[in-house]
Amino acid sequence: MQPLSRLPSVERSSVLGAIRHHPAATALLALVLVLVIGVVFHADHAFYKWSTHRDALRQASVFGILACGMTLVIIAAGIDLSVGSVLGLVTVTFSLLSIHWAWSPWAVIPVCLLIGLACGALCGALVGRFRIQPFIVTLAMMVFARGLAKTVSGGMKVSTAVQQADGTYQFVGVPPIFQAIDSRLLGGNVSVVSLIFLACVLVSWIGLSRLRWGRYVYAIGGNEEAARLSGVPVLAMKVGVYALAGLFSAIAGICQAAQEQQGDPEAGLTYELSAIAIVVIGGTSLMGGRGGIGLTLLGTLIIGYLEKILSINAVPEANRLMLTGAIIVAAVLVQRRKS
Amino acid sequence: MPQQVNPRKAPPLLEMTAIVKSFDGQRVLHGVDFDLCEGEVHILAGENGAGKSTLIKILGGIHRPDSGEIRIRGQQMEFRSPREAAGHGVAIIHQELSLVASISVADNVYLGRELSVYGWMRHGAQSAKCTGVLGRLGLQLDPRRMVGSFPISIQQMIEIAKALAHQAHILVMDEPTSALNELEVERLFACIAELKSHGCGIIYITHKLEEVYRIGDRITVLRDGVMVATAAATAMPAGSLIRYMVGRELADHGGKRWRRPSVRGPLLLSLDNVRVNASDRRRRPLVDGVSLNVHGGEIVGLAGLQGSGNSDLLWGLFGAYGRRTTGTISVCGRPYQPASPRKAIRHGIAMVTNDRQRTGLVLNLSVAANTTLAALPQVSPGGWLLAGREMQLAAESTRALDLRAASLRQSVATLSGGNQQKVVLAKWINTRPRVLLLDEPTRGVDIGAKQQIYELMGKWREAGHALILITSEMPELLMMSDCVLVMHRGRPTALFDRGEVTQEGRHGRRLS
Repeated sequence: MQPLSRLPSVERSSVLGAIRHHPAATALLALVLVLVIGVVFHADHAFYKWSTHRDALRQASVFGILACGMTLVIIAAGIDLSVGSVLGLVTVTFSLLSIHWAWSPWAVIPVCLLIGLACGALCGALVGRFRIQPFIVTLAMMVFARGLAKTVSGGMKVSTAVQQADGTYQFVGVPPIFQAIDSRLLGGNVSVVSLIFLACVLVSWIGLSRLRWGRYVYAIGGNEEAARLSGVPVLAMKVGVYALAGLFSAIAGICQAAQEQQGDPEAGLTYELSAIAIVVIGGTSLMGGRGGIGLTLLGTLIIGYLEKILSINAVPEANRLMLTGAIIVAAVLVQRRKS
Repeated sequence: MPQQVNPRKAPPLLEMTAIVKSFDGQRVLHGVDFDLCEGEVHILAGENGAGKSTLIKILGGIHRPDSGEIRIRGQQMEFRSPREAAGHGVAIIHQELSLVASISVADNVYLGRELSVYGWMRHGAQSAKCTGVLGRLGLQLDPRRMVGSFPISIQQMIEIAKALAHQAHILVMDEPTSALNELEVERLFACIAELKSHGCGIIYITHKLEEVYRIGDRITVLRDGVMVATAAATAMPAGSLIRYMVGRELADHGGKRWRRPSVRGPLLLSLDNVRVNASDRRRRPLVDGVSLNVHGGEIVGLAGLQGSGNSDLLWGLFGAYGRRTTGTISVCGRPYQPASPRKAIRHGIAMVTNDRQRTGLVLNLSVAANTTLAALPQVSPGGWLLAGREMQLAAESTRALDLRAASLRQSVATLSGGNQQKVVLAKWINTRPRVLLLDEPTRGVDIGAKQQIYELMGKWREAGHALILITSEMPELLMMSDCVLVMHRGRPTALFDRGEVTQEGRHGRRLS
């Protein structure tokens, strides 16, 4: 009976230890800290309103969707610099097909998703088959996709002002699909874009944590050669991982186009860096093989809330940027001390 | 234990007394005493996890002891960093070399203390000085050549030269011969003799018994963080050394040979004129013209120096070189053309590579994930990973190997070398192979684990599997193999049946 009486204390200390050593602990702590800052600088109780939280999540959603794909690539010991450009390409295509060509969303959405998949799969194939460094391959795709976006759009924003045959502009209505994606549900309390983001998180989590596929992603990121010698289909996995990142970029692009009600060929500029920052702040290692999608969810919330708190307190953009830079470094330093 | 050094004489080169060290509340060193004299090779022996590495890391300033003293030439030291330890003449030659492959020999030897005038490099003077240091080790090579262009054995010598150039007089060598062939080992031993004559003290860690008695002057044995014995090498025969290390009697591992089965098993692996091309087609093929039949219940040893192509034959068969392997091959009676490891595994082939850290394990995954990595479809029907089934498979395979791990969920990087090797073996048990290709399966594991690996190989053999074994330890090859194929420069030179092979016979053959 003696072991039984000792059990509770042992149990509790190990549970506490497990929490303290869990990789999500620092990210969670950082999120709590950010929320405390929000409570302190609540900007005339603006922080206590649900709409503030709803908007924080909505504004972070496009970045969060990109970060989901980035997480997959980074765990597989890669990097994807092309997500922002692919997002731009998709916003342009989505707007062009929906507004100017008046295609049905049932055709437009699959086409856009396919574009994202194809861009990603091409990167993955180049990385996996020809063993070019992911940084180089996706840098090339970043430039290429941006150029393609400008070609498709003719270098101009694709908006509801449609040029006619005689050179004049005529405004057309915003297609219903744009409004549907930009709308809110549950009595206006939850944005559709946020739900799309959460769905992406869920899909990524299932892929990484519940499927054989995810185990292979971690194995490739941890030790590609050992994974290959254990029969992991490395090339197919890489094509798949980058293709998924492209798919997520396309989803983000559709959301972005719907929110702005136009297709901007410059959309998504430097978004890849924000996505990488989110992944790193969450605590996923750039070395590959470690991390998870839960961390990226926390990272998205940290960045999202920080931005929101700074903006409701009317902090100028210049200061916001400097603060964000400092916070990225701080987050990485804290995580390194733990390990 | 009798102290070797008279206290009235000059103090010994190094004295470590009552060293205690704990990690996360777990004590790994329980007050260890250790000393080293000038011109002495002191063997530090013990199984994996006995605390050898921790002791060495304390000496090297990587860890700080909880209590205990370190004295060098009688002077008390407290190393707060590897740099401080190096400043007092301690140099550790790790198993993984710490050279920069892309810069020259001289630049490596003087890295961090370059010969320069106001930041302006004096390349000529540095090269000349470097040549002098290399000369002390009996090495004649161009100090301006890139380190990466030399074989591992020479790189190791360069590492030693670097230590000498930094005025090191306490050298720690952690299994320095694990990647060397016999000739290179001889060169290393000559170099060690040279260092001894210069008054350096050498702490030498090895799992190979022959080496202990070839070069050791004194032996200290650690077990479970306690020093269990220290004596002159002549006063500690192999039997008692093993007993001290393992803490129990082991069957005489040198004499036991397998009994040849009365009935030969079916032909499981047949190679006819197998060739493995180099990645650059214009170069000589790695393996050329190997024909070999391996029956069930048979272990074929592949002998040959490094670069003889024996490893490449296994990699080629396993499909690790893609489609560069040609020839007529059949596995279990079915024709087989190597293309990828994935295909090989489907054909019932498993391969234990010779470097578990680089090519065997995914170090940041858990023990369980590593054991199931090659057999994941078994526990993930339709791609959906079943955690319960996975843990069950991992538990079964590791229990069979007597794996010592606190939890199957812990990272495999935290295990000792022997236990890591067991994880590699468990991974291949789980794929249920018929043909096993084993490249140095006992490299860098302690005697207890070695014995268990031999037993596992015996079990595979009895179960009617076909095994091909490569090992750089001759006694092991002779003990385990039913027949031995000798390879040289990619070509088979001789096939001995068991009984014909003796260690001397093989030497004679190689020289002819």
